[in-house]
Amino acid sequence: MGVPAAIVGSGNIGTDLLYKLKRSPVIDPVWMVGIDPDSEGLKRAASLGLETTADGVDTLLSSANPPKLVFEATSAYVHRANAPRYEEAGIKAIDLTPAAIGPYVIPPVNLDEHIDASNVNLITCGGQATIPIVASVSRVVPVAYAEIVASVASVSAGPGTRANIDEFTRTTSRGIEVIGGAERGKAIIVLNPADPPMIMRDTIICAIPDDADHAAIAASVTSMVADVASYVPGYRLLNEPQFDPAEGNAPARVTVFVEVEGAGDFLPPYAGNLDIMTAAAVRVGERIAHAQDHGHVAAGRLAP
Amino acid sequence: MLRITDTSLRDGSHHKRHQFTPAEVTSIVAALDDAGVPVIEVTHGDGLGGSSFTYGFSKTPEQELISAAARTAKRAKIAFLMLPGVGVKDDILVAQDNGASICRIATHCTEADIAVQHFGLARERGLETVGFLMMAHSQPPEVIAKQGRIMADAGCQCVYVVDSAGALVLEQVSDRVTALIEELGDDAEVGFHGHENLGLSVANSIVAIRAGARQIDGSARRFGAGAGNTATEALVGVCDKLGIETGIDFFKIVDAAEDVVLPAMPEECKLDRMALLMGYAGVYSSFLKHAYRQAERYGVSGAEILVQAGKRKLVGGQEDQLADIAINLAATLAE
Repeated sequence: MGVPAAIVGSGNIGTDLLYKLKRSPVIDPVWMVGIDPDSEGLKRAASLGLETTADGVDTLLSSANPPKLVFEATSAYVHRANAPRYEEAGIKAIDLTPAAIGPYVIPPVNLDEHIDASNVNLITCGGQATIPIVASVSRVVPVAYAEIVASVASVSAGPGTRANIDEFTRTTSRGIEVIGGAERGKAIIVLNPADPPMIMRDTIICAIPDDADHAAIAASVTSMVADVASYVPGYRLLNEPQFDPAEGNAPARVTVFVEVEGAGDFLPPYAGNLDIMTAAAVRVGERIAHAQDHGHVAAGRLAP
Repeated sequence: MLRITDTSLRDGSHHKRHQFTPAEVTSIVAALDDAGVPVIEVTHGDGLGGSSFTYGFSKTPEQELISAAARTAKRAKIAFLMLPGVGVKDDILVAQDNGASICRIATHCTEADIAVQHFGLARERGLETVGFLMMAHSQPPEVIAKQGRIMADAGCQCVYVVDSAGALVLEQVSDRVTALIEELGDDAEVGFHGHENLGLSVANSIVAIRAGARQIDGSARRFGAGAGNTATEALVGVCDKLGIETGIDFFKIVDAAEDVVLPAMPEECKLDRMALLMGYAGVYSSFLKHAYRQAERYGVSGAEILVQAGKRKLVGGQEDQLADIAINLAATLAE
């Protein structure tokens, strides 16, 4: 049996997570918590043999068999209320909301540093898709500034994102700096209503020194794309990294185009923005679970 | 009275690749203000926070330009544009501190709900608000009306039909304006922002006015993206002839356009092949300069980039994808 886990939030993200966790050799999803007894997510979870409750986390926390891990797929507001209760109960939290109580994690970049944290945050979908690339450039050359543009299908941007789009741009920008290693970060998000819906696309542009080693940067980017694709199968590089010299008031730069196609577990394949969050959450959860079971040294030697 | 907003110092920023200097802004604002233009918009072409690799870095920080404009204007109000997803609420507050009083918030015409928090903040801070439904040609009047309702409910005081691609033709403008007026009633005014890509910007503006639009955007000398915007001076002349009051002196705005605005333009905005293609195919006007740049960079046809952008149904803000299109075109050529 794997490490027992709860999914809190029975919406699109929670339900997609359910299917991914059911495939995990390390984690055993045993609970799904919602607030609407008629929600599709709770019904699906029950049919897959999970214990479910529509009473929020109270039932979960007072149960005889509480989980060791909780995946929070509610909202920042709800997670802020729940987080101290998880901690008190000794349950590690993987936070998919923008609450950001715990440190930011991007699996192939800094997960090892926070493997013992009681609460980790997954930043944003755009952050999961782009920050690894920024980090792959900044491990080769200093990056004074990095900018990302995330284009997502309108239908895949939920009401939470829409009501607080500034949270996306601010949080992602901060992640580009703190985890990506850029001195200054900027994030832009564009919602595209095209029908059929477009697959998530991200463009990452990093300022680089004039004399940067282009081959070394390209190799680092390619290797990082493979690292991300190991847990997000639909993550791919579009074209080769593009290098441009300084021009006018724009510094020399490298531009990287990626596409994120979802696995189609519960959410449709175009919703790569949501898939990369749930896939990253599973990867983080598996690593934390593994560390709990086997100690940290072994965990540090796992694939990113 | 019809209210005209001159956007040469914002939409024109695209044409100038965001290279306005404080001296140019000061002289243009002084001339437009003297001619009686009631509202002057000053911002990076892509709105607050637009200075970037993707859209082009500003030569002078836009907030400095806003501040210079506000210090110069004696009568005119200074407006700024912001696109949620590019700029953030803090940018709005800084622009207000710098003396701007009208906050114009733009979204693609199906995505009005991403602007709710920004309208709320702007109204709470006492800013006048305008909402831009961009690429309005791409959706039928009933969708435009519904999206306008979202903006009005969020605190928007005037909802604009924004013909970002210069693709709307006459009745297509009035149908959208009428649908918005029927939806909004007294809750908000309706406006129109045109582009010249099919040679119709003045005519479309008049059609909008006749349908009940109360605010219209112009740009002196058409200084704007694509083939440029509705020429403010031409619109004022036509309004004079039709007995529509604008409060702008025709002779003064004609002089301002020729003597002050034109010298700040890198070249005239042309109704040429690329611009016509954008109007015909419904492509975001701001893509023009970027398409030229990528065409040169990758040795491919700029017109073909725009056609592909239309096929991919790109919306405003996706300028980054033009490079991807150009790379793919170059690869196809190489095969």
